[in-house]
Amino acid sequence: MSATIISLPDQSTARIPKRNYLTQENGILSWLLTQDHKRIGLLYLMSITMFFFIGGALAGLIRLELLTPQSDLLAADTYNKVFTMHGIIMIFFFLVPSVPAVLGNFFLPMMIGAKDLALPKMNLASWYFYMAGGILALWAMITGGVDTGWTFTTPLSTHYVNTNVVTTGLAIFIAGFSSIFTGLNFIVTIHKMRAPGMTWFRLPLFVWSNYAAAVLMVLGTPVLATALILVVLERVVGIGIFDPTKGGDPLLFQHLFWFYSHPAVYIMILPGMGVISEVVSTFSRKRVFGYTAVAFSSVAIAVFGFFVWAHHMFIMGISSYAALVFSLLTMLVAVPSAIKIFNWAFTLYKGSITFETPMLYAFGFMGLFTIGGMTGVFLGTTGTDIHLTETYFVVAHFHFVMVGGMLMAFLAGIHFWWPKMTGRMYPEKISQLAALITYIGFNLTFFPQFILGTLGMPRRYAAYPAEFQVLNVFSTAGATVLGVGYLLPMLYLTWSIKYGKIAGDNPWQATGLEWQTQSPPLTENFAEMPVMDHEAYDYEWLERQKEKEVASVG
Amino acid sequence: MSDSTAIAHGAAAGTHHEHPPYLRHHFESVDQQTDASNFAMWLFLLTEVMFFGGLFTVYMIYRNWYYPAFSAASHQLDVMLGGINTVILITSSFTMALAVWCAETRKKSGLVAMLVVTFLLGVVFLGIKGHEYKEKWDKHHFPGASYSVQAFVNPASDPLQVNAQGKPLAPLAPDMAARTEMYFCLYFAMTGMHALHMLIGMGILIFMIFRARAGAYTEGHSAYVNYFGLYWHFVDIVWLFLFPLLYLINRH
Repeated sequence: MSATIISLPDQSTARIPKRNYLTQENGILSWLLTQDHKRIGLLYLMSITMFFFIGGALAGLIRLELLTPQSDLLAADTYNKVFTMHGIIMIFFFLVPSVPAVLGNFFLPMMIGAKDLALPKMNLASWYFYMAGGILALWAMITGGVDTGWTFTTPLSTHYVNTNVVTTGLAIFIAGFSSIFTGLNFIVTIHKMRAPGMTWFRLPLFVWSNYAAAVLMVLGTPVLATALILVVLERVVGIGIFDPTKGGDPLLFQHLFWFYSHPAVYIMILPGMGVISEVVSTFSRKRVFGYTAVAFSSVAIAVFGFFVWAHHMFIMGISSYAALVFSLLTMLVAVPSAIKIFNWAFTLYKGSITFETPMLYAFGFMGLFTIGGMTGVFLGTTGTDIHLTETYFVVAHFHFVMVGGMLMAFLAGIHFWWPKMTGRMYPEKISQLAALITYIGFNLTFFPQFILGTLGMPRRYAAYPAEFQVLNVFSTAGATVLGVGYLLPMLYLTWSIKYGKIAGDNPWQATGLEWQTQSPPLTENFAEMPVMDHEAYDYEWLERQKEKEVASVG
Repeated sequence: MSDSTAIAHGAAAGTHHEHPPYLRHHFESVDQQTDASNFAMWLFLLTEVMFFGGLFTVYMIYRNWYYPAFSAASHQLDVMLGGINTVILITSSFTMALAVWCAETRKKSGLVAMLVVTFLLGVVFLGIKGHEYKEKWDKHHFPGASYSVQAFVNPASDPLQVNAQGKPLAPLAPDMAARTEMYFCLYFAMTGMHALHMLIGMGILIFMIFRARAGAYTEGHSAYVNYFGLYWHFVDIVWLFLFPLLYLINRH
């Protein structure tokens, strides 16, 4: 067994196809007015990378401030603004659009054998809404910031702060349209645009998980819009739905907010899980174990995800019977998540595993997501939650899921599909090193925060008692390593656009339809409409295809 | 997969069947295109249902909590004006349906006329709504510092606070009377959001009237009129829920 499955064309004769979606048209307008899902995916890639590094810089500031127990680098109110903006940018402008709007946009139509998403204009509009919302949020940050936390909790956001709540709220409201448009487009595309032979149970699991996430986007985002609009109305014209002096209930805001924002964590993680399914199957040369179970577990996560929101409010004064029910439902979400982890593990079993970079990130995902998910069960237990809520335990928990899980999945996907997107390979050795650095840096940053949380260090404060300093120093040191781990891909991926080895159509010998066309693809994706005549992840079919090609050439 | 195959295929596709100009490049057939766009429109309406669903949930909760205040405050709304507006909106839905029919049967002048009538009915609706808003404003029933509970603690002072027999209603205790402000919060938030949707719809209507005068939609591709019709009917249906919830139930 060779240590690698990569099969690059002979470099002396290799060339990038002259006609592809990148060379189809030139000029800045051909990008800004494009309706090609692949180009829009790249627009999204560039913009979310920008927001990621802004959010990352803010995270760096937070960690630097927490290096010492006193509030010395940042004043307490500045610190509040910094962590608020870190949360808003990372959640609404990076995590939510990351995998769906970049990789989903680019590959979902190709995977089902379509020429484009069903509604290309709406797809472009989605990017413009995203940018408008993002720029408005940055503007709010520059002109004074907002310090409510990303949750806009009432009555703090309506009565007790005088920062840019309205501007930021509207920014997120606008960005919500981009999310709705993407989700809507995916659902319509998956229902109506599949190639002949592409039945629901031949869809790659990446498509299934994006479908589930799209349902959440379409059903959840409008409710967030309701909540934000009511906060804006309360601040601007005095319509006091959440104002206790008018008989309003501030807790009602949290019900509406978390009705979106809890499913939103599944909007973030589900597409990432789809990436992991593709990567694990490709690099162990095996069909995903229990394909149907993995497909339905995505749907199950989407359904259960809508009935667990109140676990964010256990200590906020909801009825203890409600807490009981929501706690039980929260435990239920662990079941489909575990189905996925177990099935990936069984896919690895007796597979021909190779350790290319995407696979390393996928391993990182599986380990870190498992820890993140299991600690979620601690927090879903009403008794332990009383002790752990609003401490660094919560911070560590969702960073394990979002950064350790989702960001690893995003990087796995970017590396996995990079050859298809650009036609060139990323440099393998240095990217493996980057994956390792990310993994080490991540654990060093966030594992100490679990301990800090159980010791009782509260989140969202600029200062802390001196006895917590050692663990905080570990965490800040880890954040530095993590920063290097994220800068490296940015640098070598940019380098590889020009200098990488030419990848050829299918360097990983993967089975998805997106690999059965040229790299980079044509604007219309396929020279002729593909017909799906085999099951998903059928590596024997791929072998037969290769034999046929050899035979016909011979 | 080479360039020449793609071109050859493209040429072959052209000879298979005639492509109408409105068939977008990424669809295989007009049926698929209409099917997909129609489905997308229904999904969009689903997001609207979720948006208003949030507001209706809030209404349901507070109505349950502050039932006497909501019951008393609803007397301040004019059932006659609300009823007229309901008739106007239903009529506008009818004219919109006629517009769709005109587009499908390629009647250009009929289409323009029906779109104009739909637009005008929208203007009348918003005019009446604006008049109602002004009444509330003048009586200090807009939520805020100047909100007045006078009509509810002393119903005899207000000719609207009467039951079906014309007798003044029982006064509310001051704390419950204060909760009438929540009723008006919801009244303005919900009808305001509805009015905003009408304004957006009327903006699109103006655009469509100009396009239709130039001959669009009546050349066999009427789908756009159909999608807008779905939106317009949806906005009407929202009102058909708002009207009984705000104006009618438990009034008598």
